[in-house]
Amino acid sequence: MKIYDVLIIGAGVTGCAVARELSRYKGSFLVAERAPDVCEGTSKANSAIMHAGFDAEPGSLKARMNVKGNKMMDRLSEELDIPFKRIGALVVCLSEEGLPKLRELYDRGIENGVEGLSLLTGDEAREIEPNLTGEVCGALLAKTSGIVCPFELTLGLGESAAKNGVEFRFDTRVTGLRREGDCWAASTDNGDILAKTVVNAAGVYAGELHNMVCEDKLRITPRKGEYCLLDRTAGGHVSHTVFQLPGKLGKGVLVSPTVHGNLLLGPTAADVEDPETANTTAGGLKEVAEKSGWAVRDIPMRQVITSFMGLRAHEDSDDFILGESAEGFFDAAGIESPGLTSAPAIGEYLAGLIAEKLELSPNESFDPIRKGVPKVADMPIEERAALIKRDPCYGNIICRCEEVSEGEILDAVHGILGARTLDGVKRRTRAGMGRCQAGFCSPRVMEILSRELSLDLTEIRKSGKDSQIVLERTRKEGE
Amino acid sequence: MEHDIVIIGGGPAGLAAAIAAREAGASDILILEREKELGGILNQCIHNGFGLHTFKEELTGPEYAARYIVKVKEMGIPYLLSTTVVDLQREGDGITVTSVSKKDGLLQTRAKAVVLAMGCRERPRGALNIPGTRPAGIFSAGTAQRLVNLEGYMPGKRVVILGSGDIGLIMARRMTLEGAKVLCVAELQPYSGGLKRNIVQCLDDYGIPLKLSHTVVDIRGKERVTGVTIARVGEDLRPIPGTEEDYDCDTLLLSVGLLPENELSRAVGVDIAPVTGGPVVNESLETNIPGVFACGNVLHVHDLVDYVSQEAAGAGRNAARYVLGERAPGGAGIPIVPAGAVRYTVPCTIDPERMDGEATVRFRVGRNMRKAVVTLRAGDKELIRRKRPVMAPGEMEQLTIKREWLTGGGEALALEAREEE
Repeated sequence: MKIYDVLIIGAGVTGCAVARELSRYKGSFLVAERAPDVCEGTSKANSAIMHAGFDAEPGSLKARMNVKGNKMMDRLSEELDIPFKRIGALVVCLSEEGLPKLRELYDRGIENGVEGLSLLTGDEAREIEPNLTGEVCGALLAKTSGIVCPFELTLGLGESAAKNGVEFRFDTRVTGLRREGDCWAASTDNGDILAKTVVNAAGVYAGELHNMVCEDKLRITPRKGEYCLLDRTAGGHVSHTVFQLPGKLGKGVLVSPTVHGNLLLGPTAADVEDPETANTTAGGLKEVAEKSGWAVRDIPMRQVITSFMGLRAHEDSDDFILGESAEGFFDAAGIESPGLTSAPAIGEYLAGLIAEKLELSPNESFDPIRKGVPKVADMPIEERAALIKRDPCYGNIICRCEEVSEGEILDAVHGILGARTLDGVKRRTRAGMGRCQAGFCSPRVMEILSRELSLDLTEIRKSGKDSQIVLERTRKEGE
Repeated sequence: MEHDIVIIGGGPAGLAAAIAAREAGASDILILEREKELGGILNQCIHNGFGLHTFKEELTGPEYAARYIVKVKEMGIPYLLSTTVVDLQREGDGITVTSVSKKDGLLQTRAKAVVLAMGCRERPRGALNIPGTRPAGIFSAGTAQRLVNLEGYMPGKRVVILGSGDIGLIMARRMTLEGAKVLCVAELQPYSGGLKRNIVQCLDDYGIPLKLSHTVVDIRGKERVTGVTIARVGEDLRPIPGTEEDYDCDTLLLSVGLLPENELSRAVGVDIAPVTGGPVVNESLETNIPGVFACGNVLHVHDLVDYVSQEAAGAGRNAARYVLGERAPGGAGIPIVPAGAVRYTVPCTIDPERMDGEATVRFRVGRNMRKAVVTLRAGDKELIRRKRPVMAPGEMEQLTIKREWLTGGGEALALEAREEE
């Protein structure tokens, strides 16, 4: 049986970042993911913010990785061809008593090495963000804060890794880990895997995995966050990410444009038992609507197009757990906010540790460039016309809301980590993410998936293996 | 490319507009349709009941569409299929229509006049913000209709339907006939938004319960729907705690309203009325952008396709007059102001100089009423007074305004519906 140099468990943003950084070295690397695609856990449902880094405790891994990861994003977004905008963030303070805390946050940011911080009065804040409420009496402006698409970041990292030789095995859940000689043997529901080292990037399951092999135990609590997403017509309601300084009313929620022009509100924070929790609640969604109104006025809640929730992997120590926790077992555990921002730095850090341990030599043929699916609707008209002339599939519109063409969907299906599900197509192309929420395009995307993957329509899934869209034919042959 | 009139959408509205424009003398017309066939949503409406007003017989959706498609073909009106319009912009005194297709690539067409006939789309789950999981098995009723009627696949076997709009009612019957068990239809309002005949023929005849003043408060199942919870709502339309009922089902169909599809209208600067979600139009069904007309469900959501066809014919005729230079010089139109239970009117203004002898005004009321009276007044003068034993939000109303009534100057018209005193 093949012995991999590194087995990475989990194809979320952290696992994919580690994989890409490892592919800068010569070696054999495998990512095992229980879901049918990358970015199916914590990475898919979060605030999509590239935090500046003023929030984390100075000296913590969170602070280090956050600031570093943020700085890496300009180059990374270009290399991976993914959208990233440094729109800046405002932490707003809703009462005079909170102002010293705002100052503390500023000082902490300076200590963490965050650039571009400044303190504003309420009026100064309203001048650059006119929809802030009258209650806002001060704000911390963080110019380096940005927004990103978490799917495209994860996919970009994953595809870049795959392009540079990393293998991916989907629908593969690691159920046990044991030592076999100098190796780790991972049992999965899709065959056993042998590897010299293991990276635990299993999100809300990272504690379970760690505790299988380590003496000192971790306790990871899934912390649920609910969000509302508003139509693009509401996307310009604010131009910065607006956070609330925790005050006497509680923690508040953020209000932010997304990189695709929608408006995002959330998250709530509630600890849950079940790491499979997947439901939003009436109370949670109400809380999101109420709290976002504390800092930003007149949010057009009628423009909500969907709501969703995500789980953050919160570890009791309140910091990331990074490094070799057992012989050849490397943790990337407790990766909650600012995990998305930190992922590139975590990847670099862990890959460095592993390369040193295994004495890996550099991979001279590493190619940092990855091209995403073209966004035909955003192209200048001549370029679009020329592209359609070259490949007419780019002229066949499948998703009317986001104006996604058949050509883009074919690119997504035939990419190096090709989409095999409706959600996979959606996350790669945005088909189904618009205001009709896939009512129009889902039968059309199903047809394309069925044709391209030679599957019957009943075999097309939304995401996981039990998520068939249609169940059977209306009439059997010959009836 | 240049054309006198470009019609966006080859469904019932676009087809009727094209035919009427040709009959009114416009020779250079082009229809742009994004589907592979003309006919629009009628192609998946295989039930009958279409055309009672227009043809005095009950046709299926495809049959109704075919009557117009045949005529368009006989008249030799050109059309492009599988062609999606992606932008509309004013340029000089015309409109530039940008479309894409596999066959013709990216086209920019100069049009003297444009008829907006893009129809409407269904409100999705997200617009209702229903809590719960987000599994497979949640469909808008129209998507389910397409899967069953056009693709030949069953979206589910045990079904709960939220919303008693006509498509939801039709799909309750359709799914039942295909062997599924429809457990109930829940409706948030204390009344159905669908036609009475559909409630009888699609629910009552099959013993499917209609639960008025109920909504879905939870959806379960991580990968595929495994159940939903329904609760009664109070007068404020909020769920009443303690009234929850769980249903084991694999499918939730949503028939919770239709939204006119006006992205292109907005792109060209057309004013949109907040109540209808469709363009603000005058007696000629012309928007605030000269030469841009609107009709059918893109203008306001209709119950009956017959009225779509009638309305669209008016838009087509007026577009023809516009490009042929046959229109009377217009003045400021007389506004029609909704009053009482009337929520909106189409058109919003009437210019007596430009109207035909008569103009049809279509409207809806905002609540169920018994022994209602509808009045149209110009100042103190009552022009119309009509008793209506029953009025409902789900039934579009119409009345006819005669040109001779409007000679007395520009006084606003008030259209009111209220209960009889």
